[in-house]
Amino acid sequence: MGRFSTDPDRFRDEIASYISDKCPEELCSIPTGRREVCWGGKRFRFSSDAQRDWMNAAAAAGLTAPRWPEAYGGAGLTREQEKIFREEMRRAHAPSPLESFGLWMLGPALLAFGTEEQKKHFLPQITRGEIRWCQGYSEPGAGSDLASVQTRAEDKGDHWLVNGSKIWTSYADKADWIFALVRTDREAPKHKGISFMLIDMESEGVSTKPIKLISGMSPFCETFFDNVKVPKSYGEGLSSIVGEQNRGWDVAKHLLTHERTMIGGGGGGGILGGRSLGDFLNSLDEGVMDDPVIRAEAMELEVDSLAMGMTLERYGDMAKAGGVGNASAMLKYYGTELNKRRYELLMSAGGAYATEWDGPFGSTAPEWLRTKANSIEGGTSEVMLDIIAKRVLELPSK
Amino acid sequence: MTTLMLTEDETMLRDAARGFLDGAAPVKNLRENRDQGRTFDPGLWKEMAQMGWAGVLVSEDNGGSGMGHRAAGILAEEMGQTLVASPFISSAVIAATALRNSASDRLAGIAEGSLLYALAVDEGAKHGPAGTAMTAEKSGNAFRLTGRKTFVADGASASRVLVLARTAGSAGETDGLTLFDLDAGRAGITRERKNTVDSRDFAQIDFDAVEATGDDVVGEVDGGHDAIAQALNAGQAALSAELTGLSAGAFAMTAGYLKERRQFDRIIGTFQALQHRAAHMWSEIEVTASAIANAGRVLDETPDESELAVSIAKARATKTAKLVVSEGVQMHGGIGMTDEFDMGFYMKRARVGAEWLGDYGYHAARVARARGF
Repeated sequence: MGRFSTDPDRFRDEIASYISDKCPEELCSIPTGRREVCWGGKRFRFSSDAQRDWMNAAAAAGLTAPRWPEAYGGAGLTREQEKIFREEMRRAHAPSPLESFGLWMLGPALLAFGTEEQKKHFLPQITRGEIRWCQGYSEPGAGSDLASVQTRAEDKGDHWLVNGSKIWTSYADKADWIFALVRTDREAPKHKGISFMLIDMESEGVSTKPIKLISGMSPFCETFFDNVKVPKSYGEGLSSIVGEQNRGWDVAKHLLTHERTMIGGGGGGGILGGRSLGDFLNSLDEGVMDDPVIRAEAMELEVDSLAMGMTLERYGDMAKAGGVGNASAMLKYYGTELNKRRYELLMSAGGAYATEWDGPFGSTAPEWLRTKANSIEGGTSEVMLDIIAKRVLELPSK
Repeated sequence: MTTLMLTEDETMLRDAARGFLDGAAPVKNLRENRDQGRTFDPGLWKEMAQMGWAGVLVSEDNGGSGMGHRAAGILAEEMGQTLVASPFISSAVIAATALRNSASDRLAGIAEGSLLYALAVDEGAKHGPAGTAMTAEKSGNAFRLTGRKTFVADGASASRVLVLARTAGSAGETDGLTLFDLDAGRAGITRERKNTVDSRDFAQIDFDAVEATGDDVVGEVDGGHDAIAQALNAGQAALSAELTGLSAGAFAMTAGYLKERRQFDRIIGTFQALQHRAAHMWSEIEVTASAIANAGRVLDETPDESELAVSIAKARATKTAKLVVSEGVQMHGGIGMTDEFDMGFYMKRARVGAEWLGDYGYHAARVARARGF
């Protein structure tokens, strides 16, 4: 029996009062565009006491990971209950209590491939916001061709000796631990010699260097491993490898598919401030909507965005009913290309104003630049099209 | 709202329809119809009616199967796959919706498949009910209709015509229109079938002082725009579904060709340039399929709010079909240009379907209005 009722109406009442009791009013009154994300972790600086209190209260009820089992720090909600929970969160204007790569990526990988001990040890640290994880996949020589990773882990008896470097590690400079793809067998074919390893970022020999992007922001880092000793085990049943040794590619693939299913239609920009694209464009006093080209592009974008929203809904239901498999590559491809179009339109609507880093159009310019990475990270649009062509349409390789 | 995924019943309906049409109505039937100067096959339509397709939107009380708009979309999609020519959209969808509240036994005739309807709305190159200029002069309880209707789907073969005419106001206004339900043989009506590229029945209908009475009016006098709005939405949704089935059919042919055609000592489907274009087309079809499912659901569940959903579907379906047939011909190369090969039929139907009941611009503008642009 869970801590909440199974009856949907009673559940809604309970969850609504939990939110209104525990989520501080000062958080609910912050407009959507100005909220600061709560990432958690040892080094995280909360923007307010309220932000910390809300994270802790939500974690205590398992609501930072609503669908995860209670035994691992989640709330054990069904899909329907989760939907009600999200609805009540929106109704209360409550911000998300915690976001993290642990919740989005490592958690699902551990739930699918982890041992009971690994789940019991690592998952609650994630749901309580104690440990912040980062993802170590790409390398300077392994981008789209991810399976050619060269960072190697040599077997030294009781530990692995890790050497190499990772790139595009999001927030590595702020993370406590990293889940990384490392080569544990250099003789095997490239997909068969990779392991999915959990490494403490405080280990000796780990260093990070932020990468400055065209948007002026530095969300990504280079991460270096210089003779890093990684224990083979962190305790009884607590291997530092998730899944089987040399089978890390299975875990990575599972996670990438999961990641692609989650990629949405895109929010549409902070400048909109919750308004629809139409309302926003109409509000511009320069009469941009009188420009027939901008108007036509906006109309076409609106048609496609709305249809994409329906597609996310349909695919979500299909995923629930049995999975969408490689077809999820389509969501990633289409959603990110659409988001780039949306920002091109916003820039065009803003004209000269939008060319300023922080002018009348707010942070639209850096956001616009940031969207250019959408169709690269997590698998490029071209890789997505390859997956669709080969796996969904079964077009021949030779 | 019910899921946008196919339910179990809907999957069964789709499989049954596909099984039947694959056997009874492959694309070569369209070719035969064309070569023999026929616009559709009455025998095939009778079989479809016997399976309840003609009565898909007629309630069981009135002799129909009452399966609803989502089901109508599934049937239309399957018909689109093999370019089945039939009075389905004009009679079973548009007329059945327009007459849904009428007490007449015409609904039973529609459900039986014996009564064929056509909808006469447009008067020029583009769709737009409000643009109706044709007049219906009132005198007492009588009307006299004069004017010309163009691009009337199934207009030459239908036994009855739903016609929108102006009883008040002037062209461009939505008020002042009245919808009439007339026997196609009434004195003063002349029909001329036009030779459209899709080899189907599109007619020009002239009304020369055609007499009508209040009994012939559907809905309210001067309220014709409302009387036909829901039927147009239903027809547009079904046509969008047909176009999406058409896209899927043309795409399947193209993907099949990519897997067998050899050039430069290789199967051409191994070329990444073609693979990516194929994958892009498939993505567009998937996104459009969601809009089709959504339009059917909204028409079934909240019909008064269906305009936005329907226009998203028609805009998407039109654009997707255009992409898929263009790429279909291109990827087939020279053979795609021959009459002997079926791809051309898909291209021609896609063009006619793009115009019928409102083109991309008409529907994108409706979306924009609904979304506050």
